[in-house]
Amino acid sequence: MNPDFLKELEVQRGYLLRVARLQLRDTALAEDVVQDTLAAALAAQDGFTGKSSVKTWLTGILKHKIVDAIRRKQREPVAVSTLDEEADLEDFEGLFKENGAWSAPPADWGDPEQSLSRQQFFDIMQFCLEKLPPNTARVFMMREVMELESDEICKELTITANNLWVILYRARMSLRECLELNWFGKRGQA
Amino acid sequence: MNAFRHAIGHLVSCKDVSRLLSQEQEKPMSWWTRVKVNWHLAVCSMCRAFDKQLRFLREAMRRYRT
Repeated sequence: MNPDFLKELEVQRGYLLRVARLQLRDTALAEDVVQDTLAAALAAQDGFTGKSSVKTWLTGILKHKIVDAIRRKQREPVAVSTLDEEADLEDFEGLFKENGAWSAPPADWGDPEQSLSRQQFFDIMQFCLEKLPPNTARVFMMREVMELESDEICKELTITANNLWVILYRARMSLRECLELNWFGKRGQA
Repeated sequence: MNAFRHAIGHLVSCKDVSRLLSQEQEKPMSWWTRVKVNWHLAVCSMCRAFDKQLRFLREAMRRYRT
């Protein structure tokens, strides 16, 4: 067994756990899924060609494990009803005036790309992701981290395309607002 | 001319535009919707800021996962 490889897996474990926890909202289940992922990675380490980073490769394995876990979890009826609630457009009314104009207009973030080289930015991002409603976070992570296509997500979660768009819109609006309040408003310009 | 620009820029509201710009990351807009959104963006700096923020969010998530 290659000790460097083991060390690398240990380094990535924290990231994998954060991603799994955000999507599953169940710490014990997230631990199980990450454990499975690392075991699968160890068993398949010869399959790792080094073409992608270890992180990307592990995320690929994690993706399948999470989808399996969600598929099993989805048989619990509670998840579906809260999903419907989170797919409701009515909540957005407060963000816009009666005539559809912004009531709290988005600010100019200047040159936001500069933030991407700072670890603190990603800590704030993590904080904002954790503030999303559970199913909203799950759908957003499936789309943006697991890079699943819309129809795959709809099929896994048995929601309509329209529900999916509303949930992703909600996630983006909320993340945008959270980043503006906690990062760009305070220090982004600094 | 400005009144005309304003009028065609508001065939869709900021609320519609924000929703359509988000949705575009999953599904392309029809050409006519795209035209109305572009006319709106031409006269609305707030929605232009929002559009930029959406693109940034996608890039930030790309960095988050790599």
